[in-house]
Amino acid sequence: MSRIPEAFANGPAFIPYLAVGDPDYESSLAYVEALERGGADIIELGLPFSEPVAEGPTIQNAVVRALEGGMTPTRFFEFVEELDVDVPLVCMTYYNLIYRYGDEDANRPRAFVERAAEVGLDGFVVPDLPAEEADPLREACDEFDLDLVFIVAPTTEGERLERIMEQVSGYVYVQARLGVTGARSDVSAQTDESLARLDDWDVPKAVGFGIKTGDHAERIVAGGADGIIVGSALVDIVAEGHENGDSAEAVADRLETKARELSEGASRGFAQRPPHPERT
Amino acid sequence: MSTSDGKFGRYGGQYVPEALMPAIEELEEAYERYVLENGDGFMDEFRQRLRDFGGRPTPTQYAERLSERYGRDVYMKREDLVHGGAHKLNNALGQVLLAKYMGKERIIAETGAGQHGTATAMACAHLDFDCEVYMGERDINRQRSNVFRMKINGAEVTPVTVGRGTLKEAISETMRDWATNVEDTHYVIGSVVGPHPFPAMVRDFQSVISEEAREQMRERAGTLPDSVLACAGGGSNTMGAFAEFVDDEDVGLYAVEAGGSSLAVDEENGVAPNSASLSTGGEGVLHGARTKLLQDRDGQIMESHSVSSGLDYAGVGPELAYLVDGGRVTPVTVDDDAALEAFHRLSRMEGVIPALETAHAFAYLEENHEDLGETVLVNVSGRGDKDLESVIEETEKRGIENAPDMSMFSGGLR
Repeated sequence: MSRIPEAFANGPAFIPYLAVGDPDYESSLAYVEALERGGADIIELGLPFSEPVAEGPTIQNAVVRALEGGMTPTRFFEFVEELDVDVPLVCMTYYNLIYRYGDEDANRPRAFVERAAEVGLDGFVVPDLPAEEADPLREACDEFDLDLVFIVAPTTEGERLERIMEQVSGYVYVQARLGVTGARSDVSAQTDESLARLDDWDVPKAVGFGIKTGDHAERIVAGGADGIIVGSALVDIVAEGHENGDSAEAVADRLETKARELSEGASRGFAQRPPHPERT
Repeated sequence: MSTSDGKFGRYGGQYVPEALMPAIEELEEAYERYVLENGDGFMDEFRQRLRDFGGRPTPTQYAERLSERYGRDVYMKREDLVHGGAHKLNNALGQVLLAKYMGKERIIAETGAGQHGTATAMACAHLDFDCEVYMGERDINRQRSNVFRMKINGAEVTPVTVGRGTLKEAISETMRDWATNVEDTHYVIGSVVGPHPFPAMVRDFQSVISEEAREQMRERAGTLPDSVLACAGGGSNTMGAFAEFVDDEDVGLYAVEAGGSSLAVDEENGVAPNSASLSTGGEGVLHGARTKLLQDRDGQIMESHSVSSGLDYAGVGPELAYLVDGGRVTPVTVDDDAALEAFHRLSRMEGVIPALETAHAFAYLEENHEDLGETVLVNVSGRGDKDLESVIEETEKRGIENAPDMSMFSGGLR
């Protein structure tokens, strides 16, 4: 059974992302564990794909480092097994890796999902898999009780919203602005509009794309988000540490501090929220 | 073949980030309305512009000396005579015009050898659009003359430095731009690849090649060809040359892929020394479609290789993958050296300097003409002016035997 719903049960969920294996397997283990210490409620683990079309330069570069460091789907699953954290884990990757997993005779994409369930993953985010193409993965996720998170973009409206609502489970990933991933110095006004459109969905709404500081987190949660997803701002810390030749411990400490800032920001935002009319 | 659900058998589909899906749906509607149903006279205007601006129809020429050499009738469909020097204009003009009908304000495109970028830049200048073209840094260095042509036509050329700096990276980068600016921007995909409706739409714009060739063959030769040969990278000239012959079961269709330096694959380093995704690739999902791809056992996309940057891509159009699986299209390969030899042979014997892409099709003819029947049609996808620098360098480096003495150009044409 997916542990994701519990993560939203008591206040806002802070959902950090890191590319697994960036810049190497061992450091990456330490970095993910640091995120939990810093207050992560769910962790998105990026399984690197060679053509990350939805990512901006920060995560693209992380993916290159991880691939050069030898990360593969097989190593990724070993990583998840070895990871010493106690929060729900979501695998974020592109569909080709899910589709190709297993030997020639493998039942695709079921083989990937089965292995994911075995190592203790709770769900998936697949940025290049729209609801229209998701049935085979959805069925496999249902079979193994894993969640399939979908992204709702600022351009998603009308029938498309309904189609996604039928498919989504765990949480919905609300893309705060158009474009690719990457930290920004302000938070898009599109966010409030996007959240308003999803107001009557009974699945938790986590906002991502461009969140960088505790203040951003505070504002977004105060505005109605049930969670925040932060990737590039954390990957930047890994990249800087790598470039400066800093020790993995030092980088892990910085990640923990940043995670705490974001997590606390989200909590402050939650305290300011008016009670939800349907939940009172 | 038409596609109502965006699929060609198990291939095709729409595998793109959610932010792009509304734009893809909008394009699907525009494709059906304007291209399939000739709404507002779109296709009439397209055909007229292809004639007046594009220089169509292109001739189907009898190749006298090649016919003598091979003891059979060889015809050449002269797409190198389209404005800009390649078949690419057929599609670029169609899409830029469609963008105008759709009320878009900005055009983006990606290019490998630069022919598609050049065609798009020309179509944008012709129809008054802003144009930005993404091109791998490595390809910019290999194809300088096309970079000049794009800039002269007013396009902005943006170098892509990630990865190996070729077409694959340029496509990913253009998709990122599109995801950012989707509301006012149309992405002119350069081949029969990408999410539906691109593969079907690009094929429709390119099928003018086989439509004309079919009629011209009947007039000139009094018969349909026994075989049609076209080089295949992404596959737009291939599908254009094949489309109207697909139902003629007696016409053999040969997609000639870049065999590069070898058909073997270096799994360890994720490198394929070829670009032969139809011949050696596996099924997967890349750049919006399920198709045949050069990938390692995990599904990571491989770095492809070809002496011709226009063929240097790890994927291929989904409709071609489908036609190959069904046995209708035969995928074959030709290596770099044979393509260079064919380049010199055609230039010397027929006075036609072909694109390096096209040279692959003529190399296959040289090696296998006995199996191709009495009448063979080869699609000359484009002219080779853009490739002269690479050809001089590669010819010298490899010691290609039938080449003229190039020593006076040592150090290139700069």
